[in-house]
Amino acid sequence: MLTLKCPYTGIMLDESELEAGGEAHLKRYGPESSDDDFESYLFMRKNPKGVHFERWRHAYGSGKWFHVARCTQTLEVFGTYPAQTLKPPQEILDIIAEKRPGWSWDMPS
Amino acid sequence: MSTRLATGGRLIDRSQTQNFSFNGKRMEGHAGDTLASALLANGQTLVGRSFKYHRPRGIVASGVEEPNALVGLGKGHSFEPNQRATTTELFDGLTAESQNHWPSLEADIGVVNSALSRFLPAGFYYKTFMYPRPFWKHVYEPFIRQSAGLGKAPKSTARDPDTYEHFYVHSDVLVIGGGIAGLLAAKKAGSEGKDVLLLEQTAHWGGRTPVDGGEIAGQDAGVAIDSLIAELEAMPNVQMRTRCMGAGVYDHGYVLAYERLTDHVPKSDGPRHRLWRIRTGEVITATGALERPLSFSGNDLPGVMLASAVRDYVVNYAVSPGARTVVVTNNDDAYRTAIALVEAGEKVPAVLDARKDVNGALPEKARAMGIRVLTNTGIAKVKGLRSVVSVDICDQDGSGDVRTGIPCEVVAMSGGWSPVVHLWSHCGGKLTWDDAQACFRPNPERAPTGDTGLGFVSVVGAANGNLTLDACVADVGGKAMSPAEKPLEPVWIMPAKAKGKHRRKAWLDYQNDVKASDVALAAREGFESVEHAKRYTTLGMATDQGKLSNINGLALLSDALGQPIPQTGTTTFRPPYTPISMGAIAGEARGELFQPIRETPMHAWHDANRADWEPVGHWRRPYAYVRKGESVEKAVRREVNNTRENLGLLDASTLGKLIVKGPDAGKFLDMMYTNMMSTLKVGRCRYGLMCSENGFLSDDGVVARIDDDTWLCHTTSGGADRIHAHMEEWLQTEWWDWKVWVVNATEQYGQIAVVGPNARKVLEKLGGMDVSKEALPFMAWADGHLTGIPVRAYRISFSGELSYEIAVPANRALELWDALHKAGEAFGAMPYGTECLHIMRAEKGFIMIGDETDGTVIPQDLGLHWAISKKKDDFLGKRAQQRIDMVREDRWQLVGLETLDGSVLPDGAYAVTDGTNANGQRNMIGRVTSTYYSPTLDRGIAMGLVEHGPSRMGEVITFMRDDGVTEIKTRMVDPVFYDKEGAKQDV
Amino acid sequence: MSEPVTALGGATFEGAVTITERPAQGMITIRADLSSAKIVKALTDVAGVAMPAMRGAVTSADTGLLWMSPDEAMLLCPYAESTETVAALNTALTGEHALIVDVSDARAVFRLEGSACREVLAKVTPADLREQSLPVGELRRTRMAQVAAALRFLDNTTVELICFRSVASYMFKLLSTAAAPSAQVDYRF
Repeated sequence: MLTLKCPYTGIMLDESELEAGGEAHLKRYGPESSDDDFESYLFMRKNPKGVHFERWRHAYGSGKWFHVARCTQTLEVFGTYPAQTLKPPQEILDIIAEKRPGWSWDMPS
Repeated sequence: MSTRLATGGRLIDRSQTQNFSFNGKRMEGHAGDTLASALLANGQTLVGRSFKYHRPRGIVASGVEEPNALVGLGKGHSFEPNQRATTTELFDGLTAESQNHWPSLEADIGVVNSALSRFLPAGFYYKTFMYPRPFWKHVYEPFIRQSAGLGKAPKSTARDPDTYEHFYVHSDVLVIGGGIAGLLAAKKAGSEGKDVLLLEQTAHWGGRTPVDGGEIAGQDAGVAIDSLIAELEAMPNVQMRTRCMGAGVYDHGYVLAYERLTDHVPKSDGPRHRLWRIRTGEVITATGALERPLSFSGNDLPGVMLASAVRDYVVNYAVSPGARTVVVTNNDDAYRTAIALVEAGEKVPAVLDARKDVNGALPEKARAMGIRVLTNTGIAKVKGLRSVVSVDICDQDGSGDVRTGIPCEVVAMSGGWSPVVHLWSHCGGKLTWDDAQACFRPNPERAPTGDTGLGFVSVVGAANGNLTLDACVADVGGKAMSPAEKPLEPVWIMPAKAKGKHRRKAWLDYQNDVKASDVALAAREGFESVEHAKRYTTLGMATDQGKLSNINGLALLSDALGQPIPQTGTTTFRPPYTPISMGAIAGEARGELFQPIRETPMHAWHDANRADWEPVGHWRRPYAYVRKGESVEKAVRREVNNTRENLGLLDASTLGKLIVKGPDAGKFLDMMYTNMMSTLKVGRCRYGLMCSENGFLSDDGVVARIDDDTWLCHTTSGGADRIHAHMEEWLQTEWWDWKVWVVNATEQYGQIAVVGPNARKVLEKLGGMDVSKEALPFMAWADGHLTGIPVRAYRISFSGELSYEIAVPANRALELWDALHKAGEAFGAMPYGTECLHIMRAEKGFIMIGDETDGTVIPQDLGLHWAISKKKDDFLGKRAQQRIDMVREDRWQLVGLETLDGSVLPDGAYAVTDGTNANGQRNMIGRVTSTYYSPTLDRGIAMGLVEHGPSRMGEVITFMRDDGVTEIKTRMVDPVFYDKEGAKQDV
Repeated sequence: MSEPVTALGGATFEGAVTITERPAQGMITIRADLSSAKIVKALTDVAGVAMPAMRGAVTSADTGLLWMSPDEAMLLCPYAESTETVAALNTALTGEHALIVDVSDARAVFRLEGSACREVLAKVTPADLREQSLPVGELRRTRMAQVAAALRFLDNTTVELICFRSVASYMFKLLSTAAAPSAQVDYRF
């Protein structure tokens, strides 16, 4: 049962107020895309032991989606940020780089 | 025989007598007794039968670790199995029954298992009952179920009369355990100004210290504890709870605690249990330690008890567990029991110490009191049938040659102490092996980590491996004095070279009947991982989760594997620490509060008018309005006929109503729906389909264009929240630069469908707006007033009849509903329910989300090509609908179905064809998705998905009944059964 | 014209706290970018109160503005004036990207009064109710048992709670159960 800080309201939210939305920063492939790209977009998800970016929604509340950078192994939360972005904010990437040397952001292709 | 002592008893009040019964026998105890102490005070040493061999069992412990004294408490609706007598506070009128015996505790038939125990080793059931396979279901399982199992489940008709609740709190520091270490830790945190919550699982503060004694900061320990409690009670930022057990530690500082409010005062008002759901910055576990048994032959006979438990009964409850007590130990601490017994006037024939050199302060004190101490001595065998009669003693370093026998009624054993590391371990805290004390203790370097990545659990006192009072208090920065104790000597089997005959009667896990020989067998058969050995032998799998047996078991496993204990490791500690009630987990969510029931503004009217309710999501909708003397089926037919012939009124308030607005709203809706919504004219309505990104149909409904940049989207009942969230998801996470706002206005409006040939007449009678065909044609909408109430009227039809759906502010919906009924009397108005709605839509061949769709159906399967835009470059699901499997020409597709004999097809029936599939089943070519008796056509009608269906119209195929034998010949027809031209709805 | 009927017709319960369903309240949802000065001016002009800060609320005798999220606000007004207030907002926001929806009938409003308000609420919501985390006046949107709600302390012993109309009956029973006189926890918040 996680607690996550909503980046829009600054409130620490209980996991039971939230709905999980899976991996963040997916790139959408539409009608002109290749079978491989579309399959990857629709079905292939990362499942890392370690740093992961996820989407969460304040379902019992504002209905806002936000992103969470956290470690799936230790449950450490590196930061939360609004969903309206293609890439995690630099300050969160910096925090992760410091805490997990050798890790780097893998931009979805 | 166990008895009550004439004097003493720290926790009991002799002035208050409490009557209780055990297996129907009336007994007396005192206020402050536990059921266990009261049973012992009444001479009841036999309390149950063991799980597998049905051996007689007695009370072993005095607290949560008790494996044997599990009873069924209460009667009838309040009956509860597997309650520990040692943690059950006695109350007047308590009724308890022992478990696992038949026909009686004293004469148990299953004891034959015990005689055969040599032939029932670990894994016996797995090995024996495998073949022949059909025997498992019909012979073995029923037999095993009758004789095995722990306690009886309450009757299925029982309804728990008690109430329960949850309670969420947030604190800075949570201290679990109200012994000396916990009290001191709470005081320290409290004096730092933090919000502190301190929990103690028993009814009393102080833990073991008041019994074991010592000096704290120059004061007698008992006095010091009383003043500590007073200090804590005076601190406004410290809150304290007894009878409240820390049950589990979870992610991010989440802790569950289990408070037992009225177990000790039943029939009082208020909740019985409360589940505390705590979020805390820091957890301090001060959970103490549990004494370990010793493994010797016959160590499960009633009368063999933990040494600490024996002195608890003497000091706390003035109960002597038996006339003569032999103490057997590998450490100094157990001498406290011998001393306490002698001080209470009881006889201790000998202390058997496995160690060769015994010269600590406590043994010396015992000797000085005249207690005989035998060194390098162990027990070869405990003698007795239903209780201890004597012990045969032997050299501990030998193989069990009997030196002599000592008559006794009680054996007080101590194999050392194990810190309670459960709560530390629940969320990932790691352990380290303490060789000197032969126990696992928390590794402070590897605490459970929280959201910051730092440890959020710490541990103090005995739980941290500081097993003596001075070490325990020093761990929290205090000062205490207690007699110096010499190191223990690990003893995992007694005697050290015990033979098979000893090991086969040396119990490790009393509750699950696992013996020393079983662990050795598991190791021999290759179950080398501790987790595998646990499951193979069932060691530590019962309700006590191995609180007594774990360390002894894995020490023997290590020995059998020839490896050090830390290499074997422990099994996983999982919450809850001790079992908690299902009621506490459910909390308030039962009866009326089991689930929210959503009510429309007309809910009470429906109820008063004999609605037969149907759940639709969380909504309740009338299935039909059943008149007196009418069956539900008849009511439905009457409603269909009346709506088709006269006038029907439907509460459609549950339909979702999403308002979508913005310069990009048209573009957005073109992405959301498969068809074009941006081209819809203001004032008009259009039916639309929504798909998920993987192409499958997920919702449908009528969209109305309100103005240039505003649309109102109707969703299915129960779909409003989901589709609202779906729209917000795409707007917030994909197209956040699009200018679109969405508001869910579902509950702002009541919605009433006015349906049937007389629909226009009743609206005209109410008056206030022009509802003529010219002013309000089919698939148009208009704002206006009806009988003075502001409304929005949509000319849409889900029945094929002339139909208006009237949206009205929810607070006035009932008023309009009443007015329609009143004005409609002259036109034959009747309310109708969801079944009538379903039949009418099926007669018209309209699909229903959830009937014709199941998450694998695309709009093309349903012949809805007309609602899939070919002009749009993109919409959600478009790309997926191009995938190979989606364009397969043999997909099952929608057809109407008419049985040749006019009967109603069974719901979900499959169409079969020649040949069989890989599983030997008939090949299937389709299935029924909706099926009804049509009152309009007086025959069965159905829709279904059939392979190549639309191109095989008119052909007869075969459906099967549930019996797998009876065939139903059915013709595939146009799914529109009624008014194919659509003339009736467009008048 | 008959009176509008709220979900529970003003039900009340006396227990550890007093629970009352409030009379119909004008409530208007505004979806718009609240960081826009033009939008803020339109809202505050119509409401007659200042713009609340994040999580905040500003109320006057019969109007008010509640901050719901960076792009959502709620305007409170007398129930009878909601239609004209929607029109006034639409006029004031002409040319702006904003959606104004009257939700007065879509909600139920409850008031809890008594010193045990936090304790009663703590039985059904995981929200941190300590005053340091939820000061008087701030709005907290959260879960109450199995339904969504927004709650706000008007003072230390009074809470106003808004939920969907359809679950008003569930909410009332839920709160009444939590406020049963025999179920007091005596916990200090």
